[in-house]
Amino acid sequence: MSLLQSGNQRNESTEVKTMSETKKITFKIKRFNPKKDIQPYWDTFELECDKGTTVLIAIQELIAKQDGSIAMRYNCRAGVCGSCAVLVNKKYQLACETLVLELKKDLIKIEPIPFFPVIKDLVVDMDPFYEKLLAIDPFLMRDHTKDPETEITQSPEDFKIIEEATKCILCGCCHSSCVSVWTDKNYLGPGALLKAFRFAKDTRDENTKERVKRVSTEDGVFRCHTAFNCVEACPKELNPTEAIQSLKRQAAKQAFKFWSR
Amino acid sequence: MKIHRHSILVVGSGLAGMRAAVAARENEADVAVISICQPVRSHSVAAQGGINAPLGNNPDSKDDSVERHAFDTVKGSDYLADQPAVNKMIGLAKETIYELEHWGCPFSRFEDGTIGQRPFGGAGYPRTCFAADRTGHSVLHVAWERSVKLGVPVYEDRLVVRLVVRNKKVNGLIVYNFRTGELEMWECDATIFAIGGAGQIYGATSNALNCTGFGMAVAYWAGVALKDMEFIQFHPTTLYGNNVLISEAARGEGGYLRNNKGERFMEKYAAEKMELAPRDIVSRSIYQEVLEGRGYGTKENGYVHLDLTHLPAEQILERLPQIRELALRFSGQDMIKDPVPVQPGFHYAMGGIHVDENCASNEVEGFFASGECSCVSVHGANRLGGNSLLECAVFGKVSGVEAAKYVKGVTPPSDAKQAIFEEFVKQQEKHDFWFSGAGKNDPFQIMEEMRNTMKLNVFVYREEGPLTKALNKIRELKEQFKEGVYLKSKDNLYNRELEWVLALEGMLDLSEAICMGALERKECRGSHWRLDHLKRDDDNFLKHTLVNYIDGEAKLSYLDVIITKWQPEERKY
Repeated sequence: MSLLQSGNQRNESTEVKTMSETKKITFKIKRFNPKKDIQPYWDTFELECDKGTTVLIAIQELIAKQDGSIAMRYNCRAGVCGSCAVLVNKKYQLACETLVLELKKDLIKIEPIPFFPVIKDLVVDMDPFYEKLLAIDPFLMRDHTKDPETEITQSPEDFKIIEEATKCILCGCCHSSCVSVWTDKNYLGPGALLKAFRFAKDTRDENTKERVKRVSTEDGVFRCHTAFNCVEACPKELNPTEAIQSLKRQAAKQAFKFWSR
Repeated sequence: MKIHRHSILVVGSGLAGMRAAVAARENEADVAVISICQPVRSHSVAAQGGINAPLGNNPDSKDDSVERHAFDTVKGSDYLADQPAVNKMIGLAKETIYELEHWGCPFSRFEDGTIGQRPFGGAGYPRTCFAADRTGHSVLHVAWERSVKLGVPVYEDRLVVRLVVRNKKVNGLIVYNFRTGELEMWECDATIFAIGGAGQIYGATSNALNCTGFGMAVAYWAGVALKDMEFIQFHPTTLYGNNVLISEAARGEGGYLRNNKGERFMEKYAAEKMELAPRDIVSRSIYQEVLEGRGYGTKENGYVHLDLTHLPAEQILERLPQIRELALRFSGQDMIKDPVPVQPGFHYAMGGIHVDENCASNEVEGFFASGECSCVSVHGANRLGGNSLLECAVFGKVSGVEAAKYVKGVTPPSDAKQAIFEEFVKQQEKHDFWFSGAGKNDPFQIMEEMRNTMKLNVFVYREEGPLTKALNKIRELKEQFKEGVYLKSKDNLYNRELEWVLALEGMLDLSEAICMGALERKECRGSHWRLDHLKRDDDNFLKHTLVNYIDGEAKLSYLDVIITKWQPEERKY
């Protein structure tokens, strides 16, 4: 049972049987402290895990009992805050949602999501992602002086168009996984473009044209080569590639309207 | 060494904090946010079911009004809420929701395009506005988006460890910067604490890992009282196993609670409201079923079933997609086909930092608090579902506006920098000691004992014996902490272990305040249920508990509840 995240009033002797069956798992964690280490190295730990042990619970247990210096970000434990994205056996995962025994491996390798500079161990500097996000003006734009006194109505169908995109938790997995992000440091990337889509398609936003124009560049939607890495990496099973294609179509339409005036 | 400065420092980047920063910025204050996490990572993001306001959008809520919402809130609070504060919150509810909507909040919609509203516990009308089961996520993201638009700086990966107060006036903050590993000095004219909840005191909680309540203790040590700490909301339906939240929306959408005989047992406890009785009542009912052998699992760790199998699959997929996924992942049950195992778990602290309805402290000038960490008090002895996001949005704004007003007439004391430096040195000495390894006690051992003590003795049902035992044990653990604890790690960079030790010192003091309040309050009111005093006692306890930190010791006192319109009556559902 985890120290930092113990279950409710668990009593070892009367524990429900399936919960108490444990298995020893070996964890390899990629460590790097830029203050002292010349390069990253793998550290090995062993831990008894039960059915409910997630990768996050395992790491907390290691911090509490074995090595307090392991660094990672975490918070909600429910897959919605986007703090704990890591690579687990080379796959993008939210640590809090990943059940250790369900991976069906005796050895589990955990490393920081690539591309971003490492601050320490599993903690990365996400500024390159946030910079791109801020570049698309991630907020609703409209002339608020004309807002009604109640809500601005929006049909359920119009809400549906943006609903998927609003589920993004800004974990940065898509940005980290994108080949085009790796090769073009100016590319806005799938996360920022998904956000651009979310606002461009919101019936309440009055800046759609400028938004589409802003992303219709070589560093915007046209840099996406539909490798679908972002789709595979997204822990919320969103589809940034599709959103980017939709923006491309809208960009083409807008350009056509311009030239056929 | 550098001393950073902003006129207003908001501590915490959840909904209350971001809303406060936006309000202060809109009122032309020099404001910045300091947060342990990046924006949108705060626990507000995990709120699922919704945010209340008497909009009257639901066909069944056309007669809803500010007054009815306010009355439901006061009754739900078991009359411990201050009524002017409740009126203020509900009076501002509509405009607050519309404001969020105008900023782009993606609410679910009715066919006519208005904001969707669903039924929630303890409410006379369906008035809980929602964005599927991601309402907190939607609302927090929009508050952050607004702050981006206004250019509010956020200093992330930073934990506020000390509030610097001289002559009962805020001077600044001492901050641990995870990214550099160093302590930092920050000067300010005013600070707004919006640091969230304290569920990690119990461990078995729906709360995020950052919800240690540490910031409440930081304010307490600096001279601000803690109020009504004994009132803890145990959410009836946290997932058996890891206590992740299964929203009240599951019952709002029509879910049933069943015991091991398949009975809808709420019939016995709240015949009219059934599953949509207020949370304190539903939690006690579940606990009672388990204790009387009609639950599943063991009496120590039992659960009942939350049954949605009679609802259409489309309704679950559209309205509750996230919690279906959570239950599927962590318990293996698909709520479309199977009931889900649920049990009460620490969900919300009704109590917190003592502030008035302007979110200001009357003990320390320049200190404000809003959101869950504060106790205004609008929730009294039991909070209604959907009222916490509302509190964060409304009082977040109020605290920002009030702080901006306050700093206009303030000049920093000439010796502020000296005071900040003195506190910095004291804090540094503390850290150095922990890192030195001279302490003999294992902080994680102390933490486990603290959690077990609180879970076993200060839970849904309370009694003098166990409460006394808990208070003594907590004081013993405090002694152990004082004797000295050690850190296993030696490096201060991004040190999570250090963070837990800092938080532990705070959690121990908060536990003490919870135990003291619970022991002295010899009555049943809202979430506080004394088996040895089975009646509400308005003659003696229609008052707020205050705990102050005086010369290193916790001192208890009481404060009258402000009652204006609704005289206390028996609370039936």
